[in-house]
Amino acid sequence: MQAYANPQRFGRLARTLTPWTFAAAIALALTGLYLGLFVAPPDYQQGEAQRIMYVHVPAAWMSMFVYASMAMASAAAFIWKHPLADVAAKASAPIGAVFTALALITGMLWGQPMWGTWWVWDARLTSVLILFFLYLGYIVLWSAIEEPTRAARAARILALVGAINIPIIKFSVDWWNTLHQTASVLRTDGPAMPAAMLTPLLIMALAYTVLYIALLLVRMRIEVAQRRLRTIRLGLEALPA
Amino acid sequence: MMTFRALLWHDVLLGLRSSGGAALSAAFFALIVILTPLGLGPESAALRSVAPGLFWIAALLATLLGLERVIQPDVEDGTLDLLRLSPLPMELVALAKIGAHWITSGLIISLLAPILAPMLSLSTSAIPMLALSLLIGTIGLSAIGTAAAALGASVQRGGIVLAILVLPLNIPFLIFGASAVAGAQAGTATGQPLMFLTACSLLALVVGPIAAAAALRLNED
Repeated sequence: MQAYANPQRFGRLARTLTPWTFAAAIALALTGLYLGLFVAPPDYQQGEAQRIMYVHVPAAWMSMFVYASMAMASAAAFIWKHPLADVAAKASAPIGAVFTALALITGMLWGQPMWGTWWVWDARLTSVLILFFLYLGYIVLWSAIEEPTRAARAARILALVGAINIPIIKFSVDWWNTLHQTASVLRTDGPAMPAAMLTPLLIMALAYTVLYIALLLVRMRIEVAQRRLRTIRLGLEALPA
Repeated sequence: MMTFRALLWHDVLLGLRSSGGAALSAAFFALIVILTPLGLGPESAALRSVAPGLFWIAALLATLLGLERVIQPDVEDGTLDLLRLSPLPMELVALAKIGAHWITSGLIISLLAPILAPMLSLSTSAIPMLALSLLIGTIGLSAIGTAAAALGASVQRGGIVLAILVLPLNIPFLIFGASAVAGAQAGTATGQPLMFLTACSLLALVVGPIAAAAALRLNED
C-alpha cells in the first residue's frame, strides 16, 4: 500500500485500471440483469414486480459497504497517515450517498405495489434514511472547510464517530420500531431463495461493487488533480506580481 | 483540577451572561412548546399524545442552539492556543466545555420542562420522568454536540453545518428519551428506555471528549 502513497504512481495505476473496471461492471450488470429479468422465475407471491430486487438489494448492501470502507479509510488515515486514504474516504462519500438514495428510491417503488404505500416507518427503511443523512453531514463538512488538509482531518473524526454511532442508531431504531408497530407490512420469511434468483442477485452485487471501485478510482484521480491545481494556484498567487 | 474548574466556571458565566447563551436556548425551547398547540390545535388529548416526543424534539433543537459559542469564540480570540499550552489535557478541556454547555442548556431545559409540561397537557405522573430523562439525556446531547462544534470550529457561520452533523447522531436520545416519558404517561414500564438513554449518555461522555480533543488538536497549525 505504501508504494502507492506517491500520487503519480497511483494515478498511473488508476488510469490503467479504470477502463477495465468499468467494462467489468457493465458486463456483470448486463449478465445479472439478463438473468434476473428474463431467466429467473417470478416470485410466487409478488409476481414480476419482485424483480426490482435485483437493483434494490445490492444498492442497499452498497450503502453500508461504502460507509464501512469510508470509515476504514478514515481509520487508515488516522493510523498510518496514508496520504490517499483521506482522498479515498472523500471520494467514497458521494458514491455511497447515491447508492443509499438509489436503495431508498427503488425501495419506495417496490413498496408501492407490494405494501400499498410509498413509505412505512419500518426499522430498516428508517435506518437507511438516517444513513443517508450521515453521508450528507460528511459531505457537508468536507465542503464547509476550505483547506483540504484541515477538512480531511475533521472529516476523519466525523466518519469514525459516525461509524461508532451507526450500530447504536440501528439498535435504537429497531427497538423503537418493535415498540411502536409490529412488522405487519413486511413479509415473514418465505422459503429460502432459489438459486435461480440468488445467482443474478449476487452477480448484481458484484457489478455494483466493481462499479464502486471504478467510480472511486476516477473520483480519487480528480481529487488528487484538484489538490495539485489548488497548490499551483496558491503558489502563483503568492508570487510577487 | 484547578484549571478545569476555572475553565468550567468561565464558560458557564459566559454562557449565562452573553446574549446568545443560556437564556436564548431556554426561550427557544419554550417557543417550540408554545408553537405546538398553535399548529396542532388546542385539544388536550391530541397534545398529550404528542407531548413526550415534542419535548424531546424541542430539547434536541434547543441544545443545538448554543453549540456555536462553545468552541468557535475560543478559536477566534486565541483562547484555544492558550488552552493548548496549559498542562490540562485536551480531553479535559473538552469535558469542561461539555459541562459548561450542559449547565447552560440541558440543565436549564430540564428545569424548565416541568413548568411547560401542563401547557401540552402532559399527565402529571409523567412530569418527573420528563425532567429526569432530559437531565440524563441532555448530557449526551452536549457531549456529541461539543465534539461536532470542535469539528466545525474552523467553519464560518457553521450553525447549519452543525445541525446536519449532530441531529442524525442524536436520534437514539430522541427515541429512548421520548419512549421513557411516553411510558411514564401511559403507566407502562420505563426502566428499559431510561437505562438505554443513560447508556447512550455515558457512551457519548466517553466518545465525545476524545473526538472533541482530536478535533481541537487538528487546528493546531
